[in-house]
Amino acid sequence: MNPIRKKRIYSILFVLLFSVSGISLILYSLNSNLDYFFTPTELKKQNIPSDKRIKLGGMVLKGSVEREASEISFVVTDYENSLRVIYDGIVPDLFKEESGVVVLGFYRDDMIYAEEVLAKHDENYMPPNLDIKNDS
Amino acid sequence: MIKKFIHQFASPKTYLFQVNKFYNYIFFISVFIYISSITWGLLFTPEDFVQGNSFRIIYLHVPASFISQSLYAAMAVSSIVYLVWRVKLAAYLVIAIAPIGAMTTFIALISGSIWGIPTWGTWWQWDARITSTLILFIMYLGLISFHNSFSNYEKADKLLSWLVIVGAVNIPIIKKSVDWWSTLHQSASITLTNKPSIDPSMLYPLIGSIIGFFGLILCLVLLSSKNQILIREKTKSWIKDYV
Repeated sequence: MNPIRKKRIYSILFVLLFSVSGISLILYSLNSNLDYFFTPTELKKQNIPSDKRIKLGGMVLKGSVEREASEISFVVTDYENSLRVIYDGIVPDLFKEESGVVVLGFYRDDMIYAEEVLAKHDENYMPPNLDIKNDS
Repeated sequence: MIKKFIHQFASPKTYLFQVNKFYNYIFFISVFIYISSITWGLLFTPEDFVQGNSFRIIYLHVPASFISQSLYAAMAVSSIVYLVWRVKLAAYLVIAIAPIGAMTTFIALISGSIWGIPTWGTWWQWDARITSTLILFIMYLGLISFHNSFSNYEKADKLLSWLVIVGAVNIPIIKKSVDWWSTLHQSASITLTNKPSIDPSMLYPLIGSIIGFFGLILCLVLLSSKNQILIREKTKSWIKDYV
């Protein structure tokens, strides 16, 4: 390869190296701030002021859902720690026990007072009749 | 032999005539593959055990997202080819691909929003995957207007290629965003290393729709690069004969 082209390749590699390292430094310093939600364990470790709106993500604990009029209460867990959530409103169709959920709300006296409840689904897709077979 | 072939193909004239020769085949095969895959996916695939029928938008969303990222990768490769070997055709390709990349990213964002309403319960959240895809969309728009802001084509091509290479950092970030951070978006169902976590009855039409959509977008890229050649080489005598 002739020397001019070689030089051009090196300068491209340099530019790539610099942009990759620049972006990685930014992402590294932002790291946990880019997380979309806290898990219950993370939330309990941090000191979060009660007037700050936060997002909590995890699974809805089996048998924890209680409904009273329009109010719904359930436990979000990451299978290490769990937190009770109280919400007044309509939950998405995909909301159910033992499935993923993201809650936006305020953290006060070890409970979440939710303003919004979102359902999170995983990357598994299958027909309904295979559901039982895969579980066993 | 190979060198000679590449040299010939890199001439805009040969490229244009080759495109004309094969365009119709590519177009009809892709239309056939895409239509039959989405028909299969929409009508003959069982519904999902969690999401019911709403998962079927996957046959638009996944191809569009996948191809929006692939097009950027193609732009980056063309940029390198242009900067190192000064192949003019590569420069034409870079600017020909940009608006099509913007379009597919837009389709990915819109179809994702539509999918989000019945499943997540929201159409927009600032999670890492969605935000990095929005950045990709804005980058495409920025690159197009950047190129348009020059009156000197050669200068525009060179600077654009450098910018494309710098921006390529975003592609692996989009890809890995669901693994590096907690996101509302689920992680990838189809990966190179693991068995797909999507049932074969849904997977095959999905692969078909990705291939079909890829072919259709390729047709757009071919047409758009033909346009670029006609605009940029308009002073050449063979263009006058051709038109």
